[in-house]
Amino acid sequence: MGGKVITITSGKGGVGKTTTTANLGVALARLDQRLLMIDADIGLRNLDIVMGLENRIVYDIVDVIEGRCKLRQAMIRHKTFPELYLIPAAQTRDKTAVSPADMIQLTDSVRGDFDFILIDSPAGIERGFRNAVAPADEVVIVTNPEVSAVRDADRVIGLLENENKGPGQLILNRVNPEMVRRGDMLSADDVTDLLAIRLLGIVPEDETVVPSSNSGIPVTLNDNSRAGLAYRNIARRLMGEDVPFMKLGESGGLFKRITRLFGGRNG
Amino acid sequence: MQTVAIKGVKDGLLISLNESEEWQGVLADLAARIDQQSSFFVGARITLDVGTRPVRRDELGSVKALLERRGVVLHAVVSESSTTIDSASALDLRANLMPNTPAAEHSFTANSEEDGTAGVMIRRTLRSGRTVRSEGHVIVFGDVNPGAEIIAAGDVIIWGRLRGKVHAGAYGDESAFVCALDMTPTQLRIAGYISISPKDKRHKPKPEIALIRDEHITVEAWR
Repeated sequence: MGGKVITITSGKGGVGKTTTTANLGVALARLDQRLLMIDADIGLRNLDIVMGLENRIVYDIVDVIEGRCKLRQAMIRHKTFPELYLIPAAQTRDKTAVSPADMIQLTDSVRGDFDFILIDSPAGIERGFRNAVAPADEVVIVTNPEVSAVRDADRVIGLLENENKGPGQLILNRVNPEMVRRGDMLSADDVTDLLAIRLLGIVPEDETVVPSSNSGIPVTLNDNSRAGLAYRNIARRLMGEDVPFMKLGESGGLFKRITRLFGGRNG
Repeated sequence: MQTVAIKGVKDGLLISLNESEEWQGVLADLAARIDQQSSFFVGARITLDVGTRPVRRDELGSVKALLERRGVVLHAVVSESSTTIDSASALDLRANLMPNTPAAEHSFTANSEEDGTAGVMIRRTLRSGRTVRSEGHVIVFGDVNPGAEIIAAGDVIIWGRLRGKVHAGAYGDESAFVCALDMTPTQLRIAGYISISPKDKRHKPKPEIALIRDEHITVEAWR
């Protein structure tokens, strides 16, 4: 069977798919996993920037699929982690340059060489989404604690269920515990109550995330970052470890509710 | 007996016009019914049942025009009168000589219990973007999330939380009801009535039923 293909998707744009993919990739690499990351957002290539690998791109995924290079030639090795590779998206083409069957064939041809293959899905529910989801063994849905993002996540989960890829697991990104405490933001409870899928992790809002992404050093590598810790915990959960949910904020309001909801399962 | 009876049929709506009332009065009632609930009628394929009444070509033409002005297409005519059938043929409408069936006597839109009531059972949560349409009743064993929609000619029963949109009695059946274990729909419609859930932060989930009472949608405990 070989490596597990995990697609990271969301429906809505801007919720942190690429940041999540990059951080989970680095976190898994730190756990000595052999890893391939694929940027499926053709035409809007980003994952290479967040990973700090932009200047090493020679070939991209469309070159592989159209036969202009070998798969190995398009795989960029990470600077720090020798077992972490990235296949970048093409910047000049669009989603129709790749088909769902191409994606299945591509991942099947390298499954044996890796423990995980992470696919960064584009926003939306059209061709690009279908390409990204087609080869997935598991789907991770990223959402923010906002009604519109949750609504789109719900739609995506419905589509995944239709494709027998569902229901997937959820990452709730950019949670501000103080705002949740004041009742100005949806809580993890509110979100999981509606979506009714397994919560893989909660990532707190953190000022270190944006500068890390901009400099191409995912925040997971910063041991003082709370968001980084959240991503490391999620990576361990993806490997099947039972990691308790971290305590968000000092107020305890959210924490109490989370432990009440998930304590039994994650104790 | 009412002057105008409306029934949902497989390929559209069957409108039965009372055969003994005065013709102009019947037409006025028909126009009023459509104007009251125009959203259900617009785009619908109409079969007109005029019973034994002989309808002249100009009279049938005026019904057709009346419907067309309201965005409704007259598709076929059912009658026991050969005069009416001739008028329909002259207007290029499908025409059927058919004895008046007892089913046309009441306007209940789903089949009766004896026929085996039509309905659909959905054994999962309806998520955002899903629309379910039924000529009969709809039963959901799961939640109806915001962004999902159910449109049924009959009743809607949700064994779960209702947070999306529901339209029961969509062809005008005012006896239709909606019930759910937790009733907080985005929008609720029964026949031609419409209501939205009050914003209540201290909302406690409880089984409730929505139905039409005194020309309003009322929600009460479901027991």
